[in-house]
Amino acid sequence: MRAAGDLVARMQMARGMRIAEAKAYVAEKLSVSVSELTDPVIMTEVRQDLQIGQIMPLPGCAKGIEAKFRLSEVLELDINCVNRFKDRTAI
Amino acid sequence: MATILTRYGDGTMLTMSEKELMQDLEAGTQDAAERGNIPALSKEELAHLFDIFSLPYNFVSVEPGNEVVLTYDAGTLKIRRVGVNVDRIQALQIYEKIMGADTMELCHVDYSFKPIKPIVTMEQPILEQALLSTHVPLFYGAMPNLGTYTQPDGPFPNPSELMPMGDIEGSRASYDATVEEAVKDIVYAARAMHASGADGINLDTVGAAGEADFKASLMAADILKKEFPEICIELGMAGEFILGMHGEMEWEGTRLAGMYPHEQVKMAEKAGVTIFGPVVNTNTSESSPWNLSRAITFMKACCDVATIPIHVNMGMGVGAVTVNDHPPVDVVSRASKAMVEICRLDGL
Repeated sequence: MRAAGDLVARMQMARGMRIAEAKAYVAEKLSVSVSELTDPVIMTEVRQDLQIGQIMPLPGCAKGIEAKFRLSEVLELDINCVNRFKDRTAI
Repeated sequence: MATILTRYGDGTMLTMSEKELMQDLEAGTQDAAERGNIPALSKEELAHLFDIFSLPYNFVSVEPGNEVVLTYDAGTLKIRRVGVNVDRIQALQIYEKIMGADTMELCHVDYSFKPIKPIVTMEQPILEQALLSTHVPLFYGAMPNLGTYTQPDGPFPNPSELMPMGDIEGSRASYDATVEEAVKDIVYAARAMHASGADGINLDTVGAAGEADFKASLMAADILKKEFPEICIELGMAGEFILGMHGEMEWEGTRLAGMYPHEQVKMAEKAGVTIFGPVVNTNTSESSPWNLSRAITFMKACCDVATIPIHVNMGMGVGAVTVNDHPPVDVVSRASKAMVEICRLDGL
């Protein structure tokens, strides 16, 4: 969560990707290099820009399920609870 | 000659000469190779382990860019175990925002699927609310724990009582019956948590009650994966070796007793498991170099044949980590570094 570990983990969990493939996929979707994925300074800025959740939740930024809606779009990934939210709220 | 400061598997401090260090590294890999019928570590890999143990620093790590992700078992249980009196959703938030966790697991203090079944409707709203306020992927996890299905805790005759009386058939029939019931409970709870939005289901401490435990987990994973092809199932083992309590139990035509991690992972893949968590147990009377060399040998063989992500269990008493409630960081960091750099695994 300090960098991009949660995003890489999502690709392992959702698509069964090994670590190198998962890192490459996330890096491409975020338009960063693989080595930048573990830099908390760079990733905080990227996460803030993309509104995909960050350690320090600034006023007005996407948090919790809001951020996961964004994340689902950015990673082109089905997220179970996001789909469930859409069903429950008739979005 | 330099003196190496390290530890025994029970955590007590130990000093070794460079010669003794290399002897223990060689003995550890040889032990694993003989037990698992797998290749021993190469000279280059042993030399890399030697270098890691020779580093004078307390904490060591991998080079930037080589980091791996972490999954956790029983996270919300452990925060209560250490006496931090917070609600489970708060525990998830603490792990996510204060500890920077990559993933987390919601679980109940009675960490087995059997007791979860009757209270699953009380667990679902907790997960649903947690998912609204957290960011990291959330597992719901518990143990298959087939020991809870036999008397006096469960309905079936206890094989540990039948075996000394010579009732082999009765004992085996009891194990078969526990598998059937455990599969029902695991599938029931997992279906409910998947419906509530869980990102994954964690079957933890698999194999603790022998091959019946492993078989029930494989069968449950197989059913869930066929029903929900998109579901993520993590299967974390209890020990390095599938205990043959039954002796002849099979799944998909393969005998389960006696399997080591590189064989277990192939069964997990066949069952549709998404992430596999192998275990190597720590020997408390051997040194950390011996334990790590042995653990790496098993884990490398497992990672070499795996086609799914491997998250090696690294905690108290497993993965060459010492048997302490608060494992020393010198051992944890050396073991983690070696696992990532030699095994090319996907997570811890």
